[in-house]
Amino acid sequence: MIVADRKSLDEILAMVEGDKKILLVGCKGCVTVCNTGGLKEVEILASSMKIARKKAGKEIDIDTHVLERQCDREYVEQISETVNDYDAVISMACGVGPQFLSEAYKEQKFYPAVNTTFFGGATEHGVWEERCAGCGTCGIHNFGGLCPIARCAKSLLHGPCGGSSNGNCEINKDTECIWDSIVRKKMEQGQLEDLLGVKGAKSWKTARDGGPRRSIREELVQGNI
Amino acid sequence: MRLTYPAEVKIIQVPCTGRVDIIHLLNAMEDGADGVYVAGCLEGECHYIEGNLKAKRKVKYVKKILEELGIESERVEMYNLSSAQGARFAEIANEMVDQIRQLGPTPIKNSNAA
Ligand code: SF4
Ligand code: SF4
Repeated sequence: MIVADRKSLDEILAMVEGDKKILLVGCKGCVTVCNTGGLKEVEILASSMKIARKKAGKEIDIDTHVLERQCDREYVEQISETVNDYDAVISMACGVGPQFLSEAYKEQKFYPAVNTTFFGGATEHGVWEERCAGCGTCGIHNFGGLCPIARCAKSLLHGPCGGSSNGNCEINKDTECIWDSIVRKKMEQGQLEDLLGVKGAKSWKTARDGGPRRSIREELVQGNI
Repeated sequence: MRLTYPAEVKIIQVPCTGRVDIIHLLNAMEDGADGVYVAGCLEGECHYIEGNLKAKRKVKYVKKILEELGIESERVEMYNLSSAQGARFAEIANEMVDQIRQLGPTPIKNSNAA
């Protein structure tokens, strides 16, 4: 899933400082799963903002709405009748959400309430870790199922750098050196030789380096299948 | 046993403190409560195993939000006692009311509640 962290209350309050009537829009997708922008978090932020404004003796009128997903036009359309009744709209979805909203409602101002961080998953309750960098040409089978592009600080493809120490990466002693884990796993499986081959230069054209990406599925574009 | 507790305390009953959510505590503050406390069963004695421990974590989280808002976090507390401790119940109510009196009225103005 896409993982995100909520911005600080101060930052959010500052963004909408001059606005009185505000709509807070959550998303039932990834940000609900990573406890950042689902129904609960929307209610908590709305209440916190109301408390802050009341404390400062300033007016505020916040409504909340949680969309099934903000990255689908059919759901974004569900707020079409009310969206322009507000001075500002705050989105608690990943960065895709406020962009889909901005594209759909050109008159309105949309603010992001979260910082979108990475593609990953929960390794324990309350802890999320990065697993994929969306390089567009997945090759994790070549690395024992562990991605060195997303998980090695240098995205090395032919083994660890000299900074690997006791299983940790030189950038931070709390960061696993994924190459240490890849090599160990292949040794345990008795398949270390799989790592010995020289891989050709990776093409980064399919990654962000090739510019904004687009995925076209002809069979769907033509209609329902 | 006839015990009295301060009239300022308004009791909201829940089946287990595990039912209390962050938003309930925040809404009480938002509506003008000077303070809110959760009175749960003794730790380790929750009928639903860990409802009171969850409530404790939620209270802690609300305290964090209040701090972020520049509001005294002591306005929200968690207490643990058994249903057989009537005297302790009254004592806690007094303790909490004293604590809030020292802090004074809520800084959250324009509130709906008195
Ligand atoms: S190889 Fe590319 S697509 Fe596969 S997990 Fe790594 S970054 Fe993601
Ligand atoms: S220590 Fe390991 S994870 Fe860190 S940069 Fe070097 S090879 Fe990559």
